[in-house]
Amino acid sequence: MGMPAFPEAAEEALGKTQQRHNLHHATHTIRAKRAGVVGELDDWQALRTAGADAKDEALAHLADYLEQLEENLTANGATVHWARDAEEANRIVTALVKAKETDEVVKVKSMTTQEIELNEALREAGIDAWETDLAELIVQLGGDLPSHILVPAIHRNRSEIREIFLREMGQVGRAAPEDLTDDPARLAEAARLHLREKFLRAKVGISGANFAIADTGSLVVVESEGNGRMCLTLPETLISVVGIEKVLPSWDDLAPMLQLLPRSSTGERMNPYTSTWTGTHDGDGPQEVHVVLLDNGRTHVLGDSIGRQALRCIRCSACLNVCPVYERTGGHAYGSVYPGPIGAVLNPQLRGTASEVDKSLPYASTLCGACYEVCPVKINIPELLVKLRGAVADQERPSAESAAMAAAGWVLSDPRRLGAAQKAANSVGRLLGDRTIRTVPGMGAWTSARDVPTPPTESFRQWWARERGTQ
Amino acid sequence: MSTAAETTATPAPRAAGPKVALFATCFNDTMWPETLKATVRLLERLGCEVEFPMEQTCCGQMQTNTGYGKDAAPLVRRFVDVFDGYDAVVAPSGSCVGSVREQHATIAREVGDDALLDRVEETAPRTYELSEFLVDMLGVTDVGAYFPHRVTYHPTCHSLRMLHVGDKPLSLLRAVKGIDLVELPGAEECCGFGGTFAMKNADVSIAMGADKARQITSTDAEVVVMSDNSCLAHVGGLLSRHRSGVRRLHLAEILASTEEEQL
Ligand code: SF4
Repeated sequence: MGMPAFPEAAEEALGKTQQRHNLHHATHTIRAKRAGVVGELDDWQALRTAGADAKDEALAHLADYLEQLEENLTANGATVHWARDAEEANRIVTALVKAKETDEVVKVKSMTTQEIELNEALREAGIDAWETDLAELIVQLGGDLPSHILVPAIHRNRSEIREIFLREMGQVGRAAPEDLTDDPARLAEAARLHLREKFLRAKVGISGANFAIADTGSLVVVESEGNGRMCLTLPETLISVVGIEKVLPSWDDLAPMLQLLPRSSTGERMNPYTSTWTGTHDGDGPQEVHVVLLDNGRTHVLGDSIGRQALRCIRCSACLNVCPVYERTGGHAYGSVYPGPIGAVLNPQLRGTASEVDKSLPYASTLCGACYEVCPVKINIPELLVKLRGAVADQERPSAESAAMAAAGWVLSDPRRLGAAQKAANSVGRLLGDRTIRTVPGMGAWTSARDVPTPPTESFRQWWARERGTQ
Repeated sequence: MSTAAETTATPAPRAAGPKVALFATCFNDTMWPETLKATVRLLERLGCEVEFPMEQTCCGQMQTNTGYGKDAAPLVRRFVDVFDGYDAVVAPSGSCVGSVREQHATIAREVGDDALLDRVEETAPRTYELSEFLVDMLGVTDVGAYFPHRVTYHPTCHSLRMLHVGDKPLSLLRAVKGIDLVELPGAEECCGFGGTFAMKNADVSIAMGADKARQITSTDAEVVVMSDNSCLAHVGGLLSRHRSGVRRLHLAEILASTEEEQL
């Protein structure tokens, strides 16, 4: 991967004051909005359970539901492709685009295509992939990486966006007007005009899907700007890249999802655009529909009985917005398109824990539990973090840390040893009197900014024995 | 044991109250004996018979949360051995009680010890964080305390989201005579301690703690109170480094303070 471990990346991110300010503002705003609309429903907990159950049912019989999905899609005129990994998926999509003899495609925002780095693969094949979601457009024009699942340009503010538009739009299409201001309406207008040209010209559209319904063979995309619907209906050919965990058993399962997702993600009661497509229809919409079903590590996650719950994720990003660690470090520190709490558990599960960044991610949390509390499909992220820490600790053994833990375990497994250790601490306490400790060798990180409390001259255990006896 | 839910203004000392085992937790035992002495004083004032089983050590939370769950298994075994047979086990620590109630079963499962799992399922539900025990089991919110100072309260994450203690600590504090209890802005946000997180991700931990310390000083409180000494030590260490003058106290210490025996 070549990405730095989380603590180093985080240190760098903490130094970016503007980014921290933007993140704090954005996450707190959306956090409050989410809490408001969730608070309006008295059956929220029941909805969460319904959402989690639908996903669990799909995951428990994944092969069956995927076959049903394929059958129904095919019957409706779509072509289904299976991709084991990112490379295979990229190869399939590139070949499909090339067959259309075009060198550009328009894209609906999709985490899955970002995960497999489809844009980069298309670029190498000489094909331009244009992102049409406003925030994705900002990220793409800025030559930047997305830093949030839902609001990829969350780390940017308006004046930065204005500069990017003025500088970059003209290089790849319709230029931004010279008198562009940082008024949001003006910025959106510039993006709209720039994109419209591309929508009308493109012969191929590429999307992901939020849900794939097995019993009807339908794909569903939920979005806010309407650009998705343009991509899904205007081009002659539509290619949808869908993670295999996106499948839902039946059309009925959509009901809880369409309540859980917008409230959790944008804090809206309903999302502005919900598009569904089921194969092809003569003379209406794309005449050729391809669906690429992607594994890329998912069956591996499925094999783990506790880890499996991470595949319920509907990418709402609520967990990012409440995470105090994400709030201070931003998305880039996670070294993946999946940042925040869900990224901290999903990436090491999908990619394994060999790289520096993947083995540091399970520790990028205080286990405060805020993510679990908001997750609309009840993914117990703290539980997964602890489990993954176990996997990392086992892989690193023997280490200085495992030796320290064993030593601590040896002391703590016996009250006499604990008592002896306490006496040692007591003598430090006696030596220091009530002076505060400012530096302790080996505890540099702690003492760099925090005063360490002085140990007392007598432990509670000693006091009790003295006052009350040892029974 | 008594589960009577009467809420008296000044509870009369009970003649033969419930027998309670104090789970000191290794960190409090070693570093914060004052909190434990206050807990004993308070529980005895409320008529409980308090025992301190000398064979107890630690709940294993540090090992579990750092990824050494298997190494915590002997500590879980010791915990059930020591606390088996008590009506109630009480600890002035949300996070250690959280570890007992939420993680001991996971560890027993992880090491595949069914007998241990059965015993954990017996002891874990009888283990209470102090405010839960006072409000739910003893049925008191006014414990007869007196503390005439400006105080702000931070609900630590494990109390809040693992144990769901809700506003029990606050209702206990509100009933304290003379107290000026002020709301802490952003109270429910984590202070950044997180056990080994404070070492492994020191920069982020400090950034979070510094924000918490700022919120605390913004209230002009003289005292910040929590029900976990680990979080208190983290935030207190930052407040002290910045010479804020805000004093750190555990909930038990405030509740134990009376007009006769002022803190
Ligand atoms: S883990 Fe839960 S809260 Fe986080 S993005 Fe996924 S569904 Fe949303």
